Amino acid sequence: MKHIGCLSYRKKTALLAAASAVAIVALPAPALAAGTPAGTDIKNVATATYEPTPGAPEVTVDSNTVTLKVDELLDVSVSWGDPSDVVAAPGATGQVLRFTVSNGGNGSEAFGLSTVANGGGDDFDPSVTAIVLDTNGNNAYDAGIDTVYVPGSNDPVLAADEAITVFVLSNIPAGASDTQRGKVDLLAVAKTGSGTPGTSFAGLGQGGGNAIVGATGADAEDDGWYKIAKAAIAFSKSATVADPWGGITQAPGSVITYTLTATVSGTGSLGNVRVSDPIPAGTTYTPGSLTLDGSALSDAADADAGAFTGSAIGVGLGTLASGASRTVTFKVKID
Amino acid sequence: MKILLFILALIAPAAAMAAEDVSLASQVFVEKTVKDAKGEAKIVRETPAVVTPGDRLVFVLSYNNKGAVPATGFTVTNPVPAAVSFAAAEGSAQVSVDGGKSWGQLAALKVKAADGTSRAAAPADVTHIRWAFAQPIPAGAGGQLTFRGTVK
Repeated sequence: MKHIGCLSYRKKTALLAAASAVAIVALPAPALAAGTPAGTDIKNVATATYEPTPGAPEVTVDSNTVTLKVDELLDVSVSWGDPSDVVAAPGATGQVLRFTVSNGGNGSEAFGLSTVANGGGDDFDPSVTAIVLDTNGNNAYDAGIDTVYVPGSNDPVLAADEAITVFVLSNIPAGASDTQRGKVDLLAVAKTGSGTPGTSFAGLGQGGGNAIVGATGADAEDDGWYKIAKAAIAFSKSATVADPWGGITQAPGSVITYTLTATVSGTGSLGNVRVSDPIPAGTTYTPGSLTLDGSALSDAADADAGAFTGSAIGVGLGTLASGASRTVTFKVKID
Repeated sequence: MKILLFILALIAPAAAMAAEDVSLASQVFVEKTVKDAKGEAKIVRETPAVVTPGDRLVFVLSYNNKGAVPATGFTVTNPVPAAVSFAAAEGSAQVSVDGGKSWGQLAALKVKAADGTSRAAAPADVTHIRWAFAQPIPAGAGGQLTFRGTVK
């Protein structure tokens, strides 16, 4: 079986190469990742030509046409999309995990969603309050705008290759402690059917063909994680005394310098931290002696963080991250 | 033009009669890897009950010269269905990557991109396959031609 006229073909090829550029552009577009759409017919027909006798007019014979209908492949994937554990405080409500559900099949398909929060393998069980569909497609949870998922009512219908962002909202148990992790598993299942890859659902495929369970089993899941950040604050207070004679005697006229240190430990941060200390009885606040981390603060309640109220000093420290330490000093004179 | 039509009219009935001398049948199978009783993988051909993207298809063309005289210049051409990505053909097949305009061995063909650059053709670029027989098909002889592709 040798093919004929190799040389003459090459000449022809060269001549036709330039003319064929347009035809190449017109070739079918590359297939989708999910493949040929369900319901597409694959038709195959071959043609034979020959000369009944050498030199006689060419005869053309077409084969029968074989038609195969492409069935619907049921495939789905779920992936947790947060860049890292979602940090939450014990007792926090409405903490959001972000997932992506993708239709890996070749037809339009509805998917049922559910969660498992007590699957083990973690330190605490979040309490799932809602699954929410990213209705406006901005990849961020918008309370009141994105639609709360109701199984069987608004199961997301995804075209082949289409994906949707799904949010899982949970409450964090109050008893969870610092650095503990808890997970929620989001599951998506093709509504047409799922199970062992290769399982066929006759006639249920898009376009009139069958629906076939793909390699994913037409169900998929992924874990999203919360991590507890619980910060603790420790205060310490110390005092040094300087008497008018260069010593450390506590006598009228001696000046006591109080040093208050606030240190945050654990993980996460604490907001609106405030240090206040009443002026001890029998002493008088030394005006202008208030400092924060070595910098003087005015006594007036003004733009800076500190103030003397007449009976106590107070300094607002704002939000302190774990590991932060702030030192406040002030002086009083023994009456 | 009128003369040409007249000639064609003369030829057509003759061609139709001659067409019955050579038959060409097309069959498509799905090729699957299954494990036999011993747990060893083997490849089997099945009549496709279901077809999904990624399935390996085997196209089998059976020809038979039922006539009394040899068929000369016998050539079989098969366009690759749009939803099929060509993989390989058995025998001395030639392929086309431009809709059947030019032909050759795949390794010798180039694909031009819209920007004017060209690259070596890949199996997935193949649009047509053909087998051109150097020797006439003797009367009473036949055979099979096979190529493979994957459902896109």
